[in-house]
Amino acid sequence: MAKQATPVTTKINHEEGRHPRPSLPSRRRQDRNAGRILFGITLLPVILVALITLGLGIRFWPILKVYSFWELVSGVVWKPEEGHFGFWPFISGTFWVTIVGAGLAVPPCILTALYLSEYARASTRAIMKPLLDLLAAIPSVVYGVWGVIIIVPLVEKYIAPFFAKYLGFIPIFVSNNPTGYGILAGGIVLAVMIAPFIIAVTYEVLTTVSQGLRQASLAVGATQWQTIRSIVIPQTLPGIVAGVVLGATRALGETMAVLMVVGNVPQVPHSIFDTAYPLPALIANNYGEMMSIPLYDAALLGAAFILLVIILIFNIASTLVLQRMLGKRWV
Amino acid sequence: MKKHWHRRHIVEAIVKALMMLSFAIVAGSLGLILWTVISRGLPALTWSMLSQTPKGGFYLGKEGGILNAIIGSLYLAGGGTLIALIFSLPIALYLETYLGDSSWGHYVRLALDVLWGIPSIVYGAFGFIVMLALGLRASLLGGIITLALLELPIMTRAMDEVIRRMPVELEQAALALGSTRLEVAARVVTRQMLPGIVTAILLAFGRGIGDAAAVLFTAGFTDRIPTSLMQPAASLPLAVFFQLGMPYPEVQKRAYASALILTIIVLAISLGSRWIAGRLSKYVWK
Amino acid sequence: MDAHIQVRNLNAYYGSAQALKDINIQIPAKQITVIMGPSGCGKTTLLKTFNRFLELTDDTVITGEVLVDGQNIYEKDIDVTEVRKRVGLLAQRPFPLPMSIYENVAYGMHIHRTKNNRDEYRSAVRHYLEVAGLYEEVKTRLMSPATSLSIGQQQRLCLARGLAVEPEIILGDEPTSALDPISSQHIEGRLLDLKKQYTTVIVTHTLRQAKRLADYVIFMYLGEVVEAGPAKEVFNDPKQARTRAYLEGQF
Repeated sequence: MAKQATPVTTKINHEEGRHPRPSLPSRRRQDRNAGRILFGITLLPVILVALITLGLGIRFWPILKVYSFWELVSGVVWKPEEGHFGFWPFISGTFWVTIVGAGLAVPPCILTALYLSEYARASTRAIMKPLLDLLAAIPSVVYGVWGVIIIVPLVEKYIAPFFAKYLGFIPIFVSNNPTGYGILAGGIVLAVMIAPFIIAVTYEVLTTVSQGLRQASLAVGATQWQTIRSIVIPQTLPGIVAGVVLGATRALGETMAVLMVVGNVPQVPHSIFDTAYPLPALIANNYGEMMSIPLYDAALLGAAFILLVIILIFNIASTLVLQRMLGKRWV
Repeated sequence: MKKHWHRRHIVEAIVKALMMLSFAIVAGSLGLILWTVISRGLPALTWSMLSQTPKGGFYLGKEGGILNAIIGSLYLAGGGTLIALIFSLPIALYLETYLGDSSWGHYVRLALDVLWGIPSIVYGAFGFIVMLALGLRASLLGGIITLALLELPIMTRAMDEVIRRMPVELEQAALALGSTRLEVAARVVTRQMLPGIVTAILLAFGRGIGDAAAVLFTAGFTDRIPTSLMQPAASLPLAVFFQLGMPYPEVQKRAYASALILTIIVLAISLGSRWIAGRLSKYVWK
Repeated sequence: MDAHIQVRNLNAYYGSAQALKDINIQIPAKQITVIMGPSGCGKTTLLKTFNRFLELTDDTVITGEVLVDGQNIYEKDIDVTEVRKRVGLLAQRPFPLPMSIYENVAYGMHIHRTKNNRDEYRSAVRHYLEVAGLYEEVKTRLMSPATSLSIGQQQRLCLARGLAVEPEIILGDEPTSALDPISSQHIEGRLLDLKKQYTTVIVTHTLRQAKRLADYVIFMYLGEVVEAGPAKEVFNDPKQARTRAYLEGQF
């Protein structure tokens, strides 16, 4: 009768040459505890969003007890010493600068992104990436310095007179602001600041179109531009729009660079050559006097709250669109 | 099949020309900014600017330098980055190795995106509220906390991007060998992602050191180098801003030099992080 | 031989790696030519030089001449879009354009403005869908999205789309490899019907398909043309040892 084969077990000696490892049960406990602590840490971002919104909202509240929200938002007079807190000049100023900035940025940025994605060789793309990273890294104040030295005189000496002379019949080009400080200068600086972002996002969106689809169009003899126009852009339009809106929300919140070139006069603008006083500039310029006048702090922190809410709405909407386009995540 | 200039060819040529023009505008803007900062800042850059703190009358044109702002900025951004790192890395690692595709992970990422989009002036205002609530005055600590808040989403997002690109086979191989998820995160993921993580840290640091609006209310400004967390701290961006606002051309020229110093620091970080990431890629599995 | 395409001293490189070595062949008109060989031998690369698709990949260098109807398509002043109108391509995987079935077929005609009014477009779309053997199945839903079709139907749609610009030559890059056997059979049937009107060049990695379709065969190995000739001759009496080895299934 054959012998019952004994199972061969090889004992692996964990002690030789290695530090002793903890037992499996304790490693599992470590894993679970770590999981619990780490889970707690991931609550942090969500808690922060809630805290920031609530915190600013609570500090806004005192002034809302005195004036209605509508009164504050639509009021046109800003004289805190006399108790007038009209936010409208600042809200409209914010939108004027942002729209001019985004409007100036969009055509060149979309075209650049199209060039990078559809025409450029890999070597060209390799140069662009560091270039865009550098542009994005430059601090806001440095953009402001550049704006003061180059852009403001440019507007004052060349652009404004040109528009006054040849296009003076269009109201938004006419202003009695003799300086170069104003919405256009702010818009130009903002456009350059948000350009790297818009180019990067648009490029990412464009790469989601598969090469096979482009080739299907080229194979019947379409030019590259025809392919872009008929196929690539219609496929990616929602993503491109979302990217632009997201870029605009970044422009909305820009403080230093805009503050330095936009003029900071609290009046409702009517022309791109007028001065403006966007919300971030308002908050930054006046925080020193916050505690000295009654309700001033509530007003300024309320301005921050309004800015936050506007940005949150556009931000979340465009992020959701982009997440759907680019898979769950985007660069 | 010789080329006849049909309409579609003309349109293509025009569009291509516009594209190259746009490309030139974008590249040219960078060049123009750098040229402006260098050409104005370099003449006014002296050794004393870098090595001295402001002496009496500095803002009226007399001697001194901006060492207070340079050191202050390094303390502020350094402290803020350190604190942000303590939270960023665990959050990013946890998101990838534990949460993966879950819906809670989705919400956390959405919250991070929202935080990322909040402008620095709002962080400054919030930091100010927190400081009032804690009874703090404008100080190094206040600035550090606010910068940490500002940098957290930037760093976490950048790390998350890197960690997501982690080849799944590597994780699975480690898990197959019997590691727990914690061990995979701590040992395998971190080493593979090291260059990307370093880049994320430097990216956030560069953002923090260049920011003015977040430290405006919270760090204060002073002519001295802070020796304790409770003292106010000067920062380079604010130094540039204040000097530029003075009606003396002497002082304004110093503002350009300060801007140049700040730009050099930020560009060095940006370019340096690429180089470091390249060097650290020794152990990275491509 | 009545040669529709003539290739002279063609060399192609991906970066520094040479993909095609000194190709000198002719493609007969109004016949089905099959390019066959083991994977990586350069058959698709060669095919893509015929409609100037190879240059779409970064870092490629092409030297030599490819003559269609006696004219070198790689000459300096040649309009690439015109070349691609004359030389159509049916790809490995169907890529329906994100439009309706009707618009897919009409796409090429709109690009080149080959028709003058709505009625001409409509009857042309119907004609080419019939030629591709798809019309009966889709005639009631011409305006529905092309992506709603099955994969076999999509490939037939791509065939109709390609034929609608009235090419002289049809290229097929393993056109049935992504399809189920029934759809494959259908496509092969269409190609056999169409060979009387169009010069057809098919790349395939299946020997059986080559034998079913080919009038003329080109056998490639490692970037070179090993043997070329009428199908009966190459399949029954190959002159090269490598050809014989391939036909016997050795690789």
